[in-house]
Amino acid sequence: MVTEQQVWDALAEIPDPEIPVISLVDLGVIRSVDVSRDQVRVEFTPTFLGCPALEVMRDAMTERIAALGAEPDVQVISDDSWSTDRITSEGREKLRASGFAPPAPREVGGPKLVQLQSNAFRCPYCGSQDTALENIFGPTPCRSVRYCRNCRQPFEQFKTL
Amino acid sequence: MNAQTLLELADDELILGWRNSEWTGIAPLLEEDVAFSSIAQNEIGHARAWYELAARELGTTADELAFDRQPDEYRCSRLVELRLVPDWAATIARHYLYETADEERIAALKRSEVPEIAGLAAKIDREEAYHRIHAQMWFDRLQDEPRFVAALDELRPLLDVRAEQTPQFAELWEEMTMVRRSLAGATW
Repeated sequence: MVTEQQVWDALAEIPDPEIPVISLVDLGVIRSVDVSRDQVRVEFTPTFLGCPALEVMRDAMTERIAALGAEPDVQVISDDSWSTDRITSEGREKLRASGFAPPAPREVGGPKLVQLQSNAFRCPYCGSQDTALENIFGPTPCRSVRYCRNCRQPFEQFKTL
Repeated sequence: MNAQTLLELADDELILGWRNSEWTGIAPLLEEDVAFSSIAQNEIGHARAWYELAARELGTTADELAFDRQPDEYRCSRLVELRLVPDWAATIARHYLYETADEERIAALKRSEVPEIAGLAAKIDREEAYHRIHAQMWFDRLQDEPRFVAALDELRPLLDVRAEQTPQFAELWEEMTMVRRSLAGATW
């Protein structure tokens, strides 16, 4: 029989399809794992609803659980329970090390332009806070584009959700 | 909430997403090319989520609702149907009008007694917050421009006009459903 820990360990090996340095467990998108006999039910929350990685993640989870010899039941829960605050501290460090600035904490009342234009965002390359918002939107729904005035490097900033 | 209301919402998001994506590659600024493409992707993601809820109620699938209905079965607002490329002032006017109206609609849906609807609306609202910031930035920049003001006045009444067929929508439907109609039974 499969244990819950074995399932979590297996899911921790699945990379995010678009940012492969971070796993689905680091990303915090696995809401729960329930094992009963040989059935494994996983509740999974999408990051952004338009993210094309959603199907890839779901299929990868189904495959990994089946490889453990269990019957997978992966449920996509489209509610407000995922937030970028759920990205683990290990996940944040992995993002930063590969040039993606980790998301700022969620704030009450949602994001504001003044906050996005403030210098609260740190360059993932040199650590400077002298950075500017270039574009709220970026190459994927989860990222903005910023520019570091100190090391003169554009970088991608995870949006706070 | 009945399935028809969900379809209204989903159709708005799908068709606006389609229209916004028409700027991909040709927007007047590179930043806006990226922005409109990303907003389009979000709107289509929201459409899918609403179609999935409606599909459960109607015993069908999101893809069938999005692409297999006849043009006269769509319930989207006239505002989102219009093909506005290459008019940037009108595009920003529509973006602003739509996001402002959508904010109220989402706020009401967040209070829904149906947990799936309230939960989904709350999630969508967090993504839409970025669209609203973007729309507001452009509003602040263009609010004194006569072309922009004229476009706002012209487009505002169309927001509440629904299910009125236009030749532009018929054309969009042809483009949007072409692949699926040409390959009966195909799935992706």
